[in-house]
Amino acid sequence: MNDAVHSTTVHAAGVDISDLRKSYGSNEVLKGISLNVKPGEVVCLIGPSGSGKSTLLRCVNLLEKPNQGSIQVGGFEATDPDVDIDKMRRKVGMVFQQFNLFPHLNALRNCSIAQTKVLKRSQAEADKVSLHNLERVGLGHLADRFPDQLSGGQQQRVAIARALSMNPELMLFDEPTSALDPETVGDVLSVMRNLAKEGMTMLVVTHEMAFAREVADRVVFMDGGVVVEEGVAEQVIGSPAQPRTKEFLRRVLDPTHINIED
Amino acid sequence: MAMTARQRARVSLYVQAGIFVVAIAALILATDWKTMATNVFNFGKIGPMFPDIFLVGLKNTLIYTFLGFVVGLSGGLLLALMKLSSFPLYRWIATGYIEFFRGIPALLVFIAFGYGVPLAFGVQWNVTIIVMISLGIVASAYIAETLRAGLQAVPKGQLEAARSLGMPQWRAMVTIVIPQAFKIVLPPLTNEVILLTKDSSLIYVLGLTASQYELTKFGRDGISSLGAGLTPLLVAGAFYLVVTIPLSLLARKFESRSARTKR
Repeated sequence: MNDAVHSTTVHAAGVDISDLRKSYGSNEVLKGISLNVKPGEVVCLIGPSGSGKSTLLRCVNLLEKPNQGSIQVGGFEATDPDVDIDKMRRKVGMVFQQFNLFPHLNALRNCSIAQTKVLKRSQAEADKVSLHNLERVGLGHLADRFPDQLSGGQQQRVAIARALSMNPELMLFDEPTSALDPETVGDVLSVMRNLAKEGMTMLVVTHEMAFAREVADRVVFMDGGVVVEEGVAEQVIGSPAQPRTKEFLRRVLDPTHINIED
Repeated sequence: MAMTARQRARVSLYVQAGIFVVAIAALILATDWKTMATNVFNFGKIGPMFPDIFLVGLKNTLIYTFLGFVVGLSGGLLLALMKLSSFPLYRWIATGYIEFFRGIPALLVFIAFGYGVPLAFGVQWNVTIIVMISLGIVASAYIAETLRAGLQAVPKGQLEAARSLGMPQWRAMVTIVIPQAFKIVLPPLTNEVILLTKDSSLIYVLGLTASQYELTKFGRDGISSLGAGLTPLLVAGAFYLVVTIPLSLLARKFESRSARTKR
């Protein structure tokens, strides 16, 4: 399993979502979403709060159970009631808005705990993989720090290293920079940019339009539980066709309205 | 005559101190010190209690408390997890158990296991088992509520992060959630041990041999054998404080530590 340490080329998986529906009680948040992400593709989900983009992302690794429709992730039929959820999740890395690092473990152990407990790697091997991934996100020198000794941006990079340590084939990012101080956003985005270059499949919910424009192969604009517009990043963000997309981008990109939807 | 706010506060303080001093003085004057000297503070006659109150009484109190706590902690954890389960039957059982055993005096549980169980099943357990089970059953009801609160205080994102890494539910609980919950509940759990230490005295309702005596039983036994009145109970009480005050300080230390750092 030494390739776990040295492989920077990613074995990437795709995602195929069709007619996905999700309701909380009588409130339907996803109203029939279809979305295809090819292996190695970077897709950014944008849209106002409450548009369902985070819910969609969380459905992909079944943190939310869809009511209808199907999701296929790297050979797994996620919506099959008999699917081995835990086995599927090993292939899907998740990065949360609030980092969700384990506060009782240092950075290194945050990255190695699931390797030893889930993948049954030896502690020595797991630590080696963890250190490699911490170095990948530029934090090898802080491996023995606990989460409360790290800045928000550093914590989020540890969280990315933690996900990468499981050798995922797909990475989900749920507003990874929304809880960060502005000056640490750049470090996290540059880690994500590198990951995209290495060929990782990435599904990213974000409000960072500049990042989406630069890194995403495709951008999907969601509003009210449906996909309003999708296409090449340059086109959706640069010259949107739908009035709702235009209105959203106008509000987000206008400096006097920045992040108003948060 | 007008007083400033500071003067008023000072006068009020003097009045309160005065009332306190007068009350103490009245208590001292009303006490029959001659009787007290022979019946409560008769330390000259308690020599025979030593060293057994220490080697047997204190030792047994600690053993009973420890065994009760081990059962209470395991049972409490199980009940807390049941109470948080998505399976309704588990929740009902746990809720019923907790409400029942928190609602009846611990003494009744001791009697039930000391006398009821032998009647019902024709088995006679030894005293250590009875104490362990009785204390453990009562403690688990209280500890369950404490642990449930602690488990719920761990942010939901922790479980989600662990599950996202492919950990099954039980593994995520054992490795990620429960260790954090324990740090949160350490102070209330320590208080639980203090309550248990005192509740171990309820063993007096059972028939005990001398080697099974704990502190309270030792004290009661001393009342009838030493002719020093209630003095032996005073000694037993002091030994409880030797155990409970350090525990209390420990709980406070845990509390201030968890207030200082979230880790």
